Amino acid sequence: MTRHESNQAVDRLLGPAEPEATCDECFELLDVYVDREVLQGDAEQAMPALAAHLRGCPACAEDHESLRTFVTTGPPAA
Amino acid sequence: MLDSVPMTAEAPITSRDDLLERLRATGGRHDAATRELHAMLLRAARYEIGRRSAALAHVHGEDPEDLALQAADDAFVAVMAKLDQFRGESRFSTWAYKFALYEAAVRVRRRAWQHREVVLDPESWLTVADGSAGPQGRHDQAELLGAIRSMIDTKLTARQREVLIALTIQGVPIDVLAERLDSSRGALYKTLHDARRKLRLELAAAGHELEATT
Repeated sequence: MTRHESNQAVDRLLGPAEPEATCDECFELLDVYVDREVLQGDAEQAMPALAAHLRGCPACAEDHESLRTFVTTGPPAA
Repeated sequence: MLDSVPMTAEAPITSRDDLLERLRATGGRHDAATRELHAMLLRAARYEIGRRSAALAHVHGEDPEDLALQAADDAFVAVMAKLDQFRGESRFSTWAYKFALYEAAVRVRRRAWQHREVVLDPESWLTVADGSAGPQGRHDQAELLGAIRSMIDTKLTARQREVLIALTIQGVPIDVLAERLDSSRGALYKTLHDARRKLRLELAAAGHELEATT
């Protein structure tokens, strides 16, 4: 295991140190977070508990990445 | 919320979409809007399933278009049921898309794991901790991992241990684990959060300095 892998293992095991939202709260506010991120660029500062959750929950992080990418690149034509 | 801190900033983003207004209308205007919404959701579901197609490569007999349609249908039902809960803090399209992307992602994760056994085996932790021993430069990290391993074994409940290892070491998707354990994503994440907090407290009490994750 390299040091980088070791650090990643520790991060995955211990998760974020900061107070964080739940998965349900994350889903509830994910659209608000993504629009703040895309349109105003201040999502992490404005919604720190949700940002922390995204660092600790791989599934919610995937959902966040999907929504951000989709609304950023634009939906394909019908 | 797992901890008591503000969730959102005060200033909302005003939605300029008029689809919401048309969905709340009646007659032909409403019917046309529902068709437009379903088409939007289907595009999002197709996009998500296409993006995750590699995860389904080993799953035979799965039609991506069927999956996309199922996801879009369920997302459509969810959006229509929650229409009155939309608060205008985001664009309506962003709010609606998240349902389709979520439904599609959950389906892909579950399909990708449907024939894979989830073995909740705390011994799999051995492969991580044992591999951490190495050159001098890695000594501190190896010591920390060793301490974490010891605390997982001695300080966590059996349930916390299983969930922590399955989600963080074995890489089992939380939706899949929730289905196998007849639980929910939220309940499992709460278990994971409690386990992590206990580990942090125990590590701090034992004198380990922990950096905040970034």
